[in-house]
Amino acid sequence: MSAVAIRDAYDVAVVGAGPAGLAAATVCAKAGLSTVLLDEQASAGGQIYRAITETPVREKPVLGESYWRGAALVEAFRSSGAEHVAGATVWSLTREREIGVSVGGGAQLTGARRVILCTGALERPFPIPGWTLPGVMTAGAAQILLKSAGLVASGRTVLAGCGPLLWLLAWQYLNAGANIDAILDTTAEENRTRALPHVPRFLLSGYFLEGLKLVRAVKREVRVISGVTALRAIGDTGVRSVAFRRHGDVEETRLADTLLLHQGVAPNVNLALSAGVEHRWDESQLCWAPVLDDEGNSSVEGIAVAGDGAGIAGAQAAEWRGRLAAIAAARALGFSVPAVEEARARRELKRCLRGRAFLDTLYRPAKSFRQPSGDTIVCRCEEVTARQITDTVALGCPGPNQMKAFLRCGMGLCQGRLCGLTVTELIAEGRGVPPQQVGYYRLRPPVKPITVAELAALPKTEAAVKAVVRI
Amino acid sequence: MFQRLPLEPSGSTVGISIDGRRVEARAGDTVAAAMLAAGVVRCRTTPVSGAPRAPYCMMGVCFDCLVTIDGVGSRQGCLVRVREGMRIEMQQGARELGK
Repeated sequence: MSAVAIRDAYDVAVVGAGPAGLAAATVCAKAGLSTVLLDEQASAGGQIYRAITETPVREKPVLGESYWRGAALVEAFRSSGAEHVAGATVWSLTREREIGVSVGGGAQLTGARRVILCTGALERPFPIPGWTLPGVMTAGAAQILLKSAGLVASGRTVLAGCGPLLWLLAWQYLNAGANIDAILDTTAEENRTRALPHVPRFLLSGYFLEGLKLVRAVKREVRVISGVTALRAIGDTGVRSVAFRRHGDVEETRLADTLLLHQGVAPNVNLALSAGVEHRWDESQLCWAPVLDDEGNSSVEGIAVAGDGAGIAGAQAAEWRGRLAAIAAARALGFSVPAVEEARARRELKRCLRGRAFLDTLYRPAKSFRQPSGDTIVCRCEEVTARQITDTVALGCPGPNQMKAFLRCGMGLCQGRLCGLTVTELIAEGRGVPPQQVGYYRLRPPVKPITVAELAALPKTEAAVKAVVRI
Repeated sequence: MFQRLPLEPSGSTVGISIDGRRVEARAGDTVAAAMLAAGVVRCRTTPVSGAPRAPYCMMGVCFDCLVTIDGVGSRQGCLVRVREGMRIEMQQGARELGK
């Protein structure tokens, strides 16, 4: 928790203390704007630089150079004069830029002339049979436990899925001396040929050498099984084994105490959507992304989006997008930022985006892992299965919001974060239309659960009281 | 099952209880991390089917690490840090009235 008192109003409020948020808040504060950075975690860094200032994993080679880059970002932020409110859950943002935030169980309201949303990414749903069993976690969760608590999975550990984070976690686990029984690679074979045209630009990106080194190091130490399909987690009160097919062959099983899943990340859109920011379906990244101009400004006046919440591009791009949004915010409020800084940010951002098409194509999750069938749970909160959803589509249910009335899917505490993409895709597939036409859950504040007592304790104006009190 | 890497020995600990069992947790850990470190394999059952759940995302998104902390139900264990004397209880089904 933070001891900082949140003021009633700021020039700029930044939500999320990952690379984009840290960079944005630093630029705004240095330009002379009163700036607050609201972040849900206990310390700055976001997920990629999680616990960067306090990780118990002090041996730098374990987490690797790309992690320790974050230290300089936090350092610059701390000396910028921006206020940091940690442990702050933003549960509401209006079009008028009024922000509802809870810190330590107490809700309050604040406001800003400009808001920069840097809410980052979350791991894409990986709906396989058994993914709700204890012992099944995301690779990101395992990485957070490593970074923030120095904890690694013990016993038989299986990693499954695709994407850069899966390989990074495996590499970090090996550096830490942790055991990995096997990696089940679900990368679809056809992705490899489709990604070929994007190789030249990827070679020019900073990710190529780093990625190659990492994958090679992991393959030397760990059994990697490729062409994995029909993945299942098996167990009763917890995962006991993992079943899969290789290139569609006969089913094999492996014992597992922990199964770490990952198939990419998607923008965390809940807060932006609830504020009315227009989003569109991005077919290359298979997710919703906000419609933004080249400064990160959204369809709602005064609200910008930066970082992976603006479309997945990685930590370095997030930083530069954060700076660009901050420069635009400062200028809009009449503060000057040297043109050379903007030019540099644009140049660097362009460089960071070079390898993206290759990664998006190679690690595009297979349809069978995005659109489950049968009894596989889609909505973890309300325990709604894929069959229930496809049957309801067949009855004529046209979209995710109507689906709520039939099945309550997306109405649990996570508010669709773990099922939204799957539900949209299943409905689109069932109706034979593009996801854009199906749409997404209509999100409303509070976007994170808060208690009625917290809401009731909010300060009220005299007019608001008179509106409901009988005289 | 999770284990702690051999870390600096000077790290301080705090005493917490998990379902009445006293546990020494690393200061700075979240409730969810402390539970995993203490060998707890599930932290709640679902309100729909009563199925067991354990932390899944560790970043405040999935709500599977919901527990009762010091008498307050439905707290996200991955977003709350352990404190000396903290009482953590497994949550059975939906949040109970008065918790």
